[in-house]
Amino acid sequence: MTGPIARAMPKSVLKYASLSAVALIVAYPFYFMVSNSFKDLFEATTVPPTLFPSVFHPENYVKAWEAAPWARYFANTAFVAITTTLGEVVTAVLAAYAFARLEFRGRTVLFGVFLATLMIPSEATLIPNYIMMSKRGLGGFGLGWYDTYQVQIVPFLASVFSIFLLRQFFLSIPRELSDAARIDGAGHLRFLWSIVLPLSVPSLVTVSLFSFIGSWNSLLWPLIMTSVPEYRPVQLGLSAFRQEAGNSYHLLLAAATFTIAPIVLLYLVAQRHLIQGVARSGMKG
Amino acid sequence: MTVQVRAEGPSRRNARRRRRIGEHLWAYGLLAPVIVILGVFKIFPAFYAFYISLFRWDIIQGAFRGLGNYGDILYENPTRAEAFWRSLSTTFTYGLFTVPLEMGLALVVAFLLFGKLRGRGVYRTLYYLPYVTSTVAAAVIFNWLFHPQYGIANAILGLVGVGPQKWYDEPRGLFELAASAAGVALPDWAAGPSLALVGICAFSIWHYFGYQVIIFLAGLGNISNEYYEAARLDGASERQVFRLITLPLLSPTTFFVFTIATIGVLREFNAFYILTNGGPLDTTRTTGLLVFKTFYQQGQLGLGSAVAFLLALAILAFTLTQQRVLASRVTYE
Repeated sequence: MTGPIARAMPKSVLKYASLSAVALIVAYPFYFMVSNSFKDLFEATTVPPTLFPSVFHPENYVKAWEAAPWARYFANTAFVAITTTLGEVVTAVLAAYAFARLEFRGRTVLFGVFLATLMIPSEATLIPNYIMMSKRGLGGFGLGWYDTYQVQIVPFLASVFSIFLLRQFFLSIPRELSDAARIDGAGHLRFLWSIVLPLSVPSLVTVSLFSFIGSWNSLLWPLIMTSVPEYRPVQLGLSAFRQEAGNSYHLLLAAATFTIAPIVLLYLVAQRHLIQGVARSGMKG
Repeated sequence: MTVQVRAEGPSRRNARRRRRIGEHLWAYGLLAPVIVILGVFKIFPAFYAFYISLFRWDIIQGAFRGLGNYGDILYENPTRAEAFWRSLSTTFTYGLFTVPLEMGLALVVAFLLFGKLRGRGVYRTLYYLPYVTSTVAAAVIFNWLFHPQYGIANAILGLVGVGPQKWYDEPRGLFELAASAAGVALPDWAAGPSLALVGICAFSIWHYFGYQVIIFLAGLGNISNEYYEAARLDGASERQVFRLITLPLLSPTTFFVFTIATIGVLREFNAFYILTNGGPLDTTRTTGLLVFKTFYQQGQLGLGSAVAFLLALAILAFTLTQQRVLASRVTYE
């Protein structure tokens, strides 16, 4: 940064220029996707790509939507993601409360075991789960859950990450509150419901968002555990459509646009909670 | 108070005991759902994976092989061993090209974003956006950006006078291509990562660096202002402040990001599955993908489990070494 130009420029200009250059690279693929999804095939395959569609073809979206059972895919994903999120938040709240507020033997060990499960890579547990979910299972005890919703929901009803995050927050609630509640004769559930939960709404939102987005974007698990469109999620729908669409890239990009739209909208509305949550997870303790 | 404690009779002690038992019942009751689910779907399978890896297991359980599967993968069966070691080397190459670039970029961006800046929120929101988009959709876009015929990547290369590349279909190495363009033939070992793998690295950096920016920003925010003030009072230049204060005090965050990033890289599956599915010519078949291929596409559950178990061990070993070596260099406030 010693050239005459750099010296003449105020520092902030340089700062904005670099940040905007990075922003441009980050944003371009999204822009490219949306803009090409409105072009006809000929224009979509023009090199270099045109910045705007010369003629808008919103009917691409209709064509893409009709080319695959998207309504079913979306319904599947929405059902799985919402159920998983609700269930996971409930179990996480209960567990986090126990870890943060109750004294019991084995608390430290159990928490350690929970954290240790984060170290187990999912590849290692995939095959046993695959066997367990089959009808035959292991030694005759199989769940027979291939091509169901529960196979996509139940194993994800416990999230150590959520428990960890909520526990951190519950620990910060002053002891005096629980003492006061106890004196008033409130039990654990009552205290949890009417005092702890209202105070933790931001944390609950964060945890739910992570869970929802994770569930919405999951790929490998449903790929292995399901095989029919009746139970398959949007991600697999898009993956299959990619093969079927062949070279109809404009339709493929339209499909990509509508599969990520719900998450992007959700993110834009709630990004503050999400980013705060990420920032907090980076701070140990 | 002291009087009361001394006067504590048997009934009162019983009441306290009852309360302690009650507290235990509550605790384990509240934890029960999580214990069951983690136990059944995470902890038990981790052990069971090892059990499976000891058998010939083609769809159904076969003969006990002891460590035979491991032997096959590590050295005995030439095809399997070659595939395994190659996948491990691909995985580490991928990490070597991704993690430093990703972290360097994230650190610089976070540093630029830190402090008073108009539009900071907008930048931050945008940088994090790729991280929340699904890999499938994002990969669909990247496949197109790097398309051999219609991709913008080739259009840009054309501007600087480089011929079109096949990107995700190109098995030849990055250095090999660069050298052959200059008219030099490189030996095989110096070929470098295939261009397909380089394309996946680019995708990963784009996809993940925003997450790291957020964590670095939080880390920067945690450094107390006093250090900066003291340094400025002592007349330290901005570069000195960065090198002597910011970097050392940020080291716990850097360490955390590094750990998360390496584990993420070792486990990445989605991007590879969608962008190349291991090809071209197996140059992007990471160990995660090899597990998938062995178990799901070839139906070899025993062998697949053995590969998965070795991958888990590699991740564990790497994390622990990293903790040992790097933790000693981390400066805590």
